[in-house]
Amino acid sequence: MTDAPAVPSTALPARGWYKRNEIAVTPWLFLAPAILFFAFYVIWPIYQSIAISFYDWDGLGEARYVGMANYVELMDDSAFEVSLWNNLKWLLLYLLAIPGGLFIALFLNQTVTGIRIYKSLFFFPFVLSQVVVGLVFSWFYLPNEGLLNGVLGLVGLGPVNVLGDPTMATYGIIAAGLWPQTAYCMILYLTGLNAVDPEQIEAGRLDGAKGWRMLWYIIIPQLRPATFIAFVVTIIGALRSFDLISIMTNGGPFGQTRVLSFYMFEKALSEYGFRMGYGAAIAVVLFLIMLVFIAYFLWSMWSEEKGR
Amino acid sequence: MFPTPIEKTPRSWQLTYQSLLPVALIMWLLPLIAVAVFSVKPAVDFTQGNYWGLPSSFELFNNYGQVFFNSDMPRYMLNSVLITVPTVIGAVALSCLAGFALGIYKFKSNIWVFFMFVAGNFVPFQILMVPVRDLTLDMGLYNTKTGLVLFHIAFQTGFCTLFMRNFIRALPYELVEAARVEGIAEWKIFWYVVIPLMKPAIAALSVLIFTFIWNDYFWAVVLTQGPESQPVTAGITSFNAQFRAAYHLMSAGSIVAALPPVLMFFLMQKHFIAGLTLGAVK
Repeated sequence: MTDAPAVPSTALPARGWYKRNEIAVTPWLFLAPAILFFAFYVIWPIYQSIAISFYDWDGLGEARYVGMANYVELMDDSAFEVSLWNNLKWLLLYLLAIPGGLFIALFLNQTVTGIRIYKSLFFFPFVLSQVVVGLVFSWFYLPNEGLLNGVLGLVGLGPVNVLGDPTMATYGIIAAGLWPQTAYCMILYLTGLNAVDPEQIEAGRLDGAKGWRMLWYIIIPQLRPATFIAFVVTIIGALRSFDLISIMTNGGPFGQTRVLSFYMFEKALSEYGFRMGYGAAIAVVLFLIMLVFIAYFLWSMWSEEKGR
Repeated sequence: MFPTPIEKTPRSWQLTYQSLLPVALIMWLLPLIAVAVFSVKPAVDFTQGNYWGLPSSFELFNNYGQVFFNSDMPRYMLNSVLITVPTVIGAVALSCLAGFALGIYKFKSNIWVFFMFVAGNFVPFQILMVPVRDLTLDMGLYNTKTGLVLFHIAFQTGFCTLFMRNFIRALPYELVEAARVEGIAEWKIFWYVVIPLMKPAIAALSVLIFTFIWNDYFWAVVLTQGPESQPVTAGITSFNAQFRAAYHLMSAGSIVAALPPVLMFFLMQKHFIAGLTLGAVK
């Protein structure tokens, strides 16, 4: 930063404007670059997207104002309906990562030799990119060559073509997404468990609390901050699901694995024609769904700030 | 400690636990182990239907050699580095400044500016896609690494500022007050008092952002095309098209693409986990 006072004068009355207002001005100087970048690339585009959603535009030629037409069209679009339902499936099933992560964290919260390596290796899937996770799982699911059918064959089941079956494919992709997400929740809970108050546990033990009751009445309440973060990242992750779908099924079979984020991309930027306005309208719907959660997150952060 | 420490449980459960651990781990990583085994198999194993058995010969050097010397993979990797590193530097720098402003100074709109960053960070990418792609085209930065880097810096600034601001809030404020009493200029307080205390946060954020950006796929597809500027996450799809059905090479390629963040994680594990779990404990 170049906001140093020009000449540090020795005589007090000659202090410059900057010096007199230093405390009020400095934060804005520090904030300026971040706010500029953020406004230019994040805030302004949100507004623009909403505006574009009222236009019919192919991305190159003249945009034509069509009012609510894009939204009206959405109402009758069966692909949109499928995407919306799939988004709901993602939201609900993705939340399984939270109890799953807690379960693994409880399993690993011990102090035997080598446990640290076990913890890292259990966490490991989270570090992989979704693209790699998608590839790994699509090979895992392969109808003939995949390991899943190999294992199923051993117990006399299968073969199943998970990603080729319109009713199963979405669940197959969600399962792949749960793998890294559960790892993330696990690490949050491991950290949380570390900070659980041992005295409360001892007190609980003296009162005869064991197993499930101990977990439910003493441990889980103390894990609240970890649960909150796990909830936030899981919801966001579920609504952002794009990479896995694009890699594993590309929306198919018969468009049955599309979600809003993928369908929007398909409409706006693929060989099916550049329908920017229609794509933007889908994005706005997704944004509004997300906004409910964002408002809730901000509200809980705000009440916490006030509580300090 | 919960659950009951294993040392205090019956001997039988101790033994069960000890043997359960490796079994659980293998099951957890099974899809990945399969890919790792695929990547050292010879092509002939796949044509003969030997998918899950042991490799008939050990082709580690051959397969990975193909990836490194006979494909665009090194180029994609280099692109990824050239996109990821400047983004990490840019986003961390911007958020140090912004986090300092929001963490130290009390002014009316403080919380609103903060919430703007937080909310922006949660926004679905798709609402930004059309305008950002357009903007990048207009600036002549479509299909360049710079275009991707600039956007990533801007977007990551949201999360980074949230992180930095919370970290600075937890620092002892008396240090800043003491410095002010001494008459030290504000920017010097930032540089000489706060930044040295932020080193752990900077390290944690750098590792996290490195992983996030390296693993980004969506923006790579939206803002770039072709091997001149595409990062490895997007490049792997063309790589796979080049070696269609050659599972040994596709597996090796995927492992190579995943390696840098994995190494980063294992080398900087402490910082990585500290970054991810900030706020998970009160």
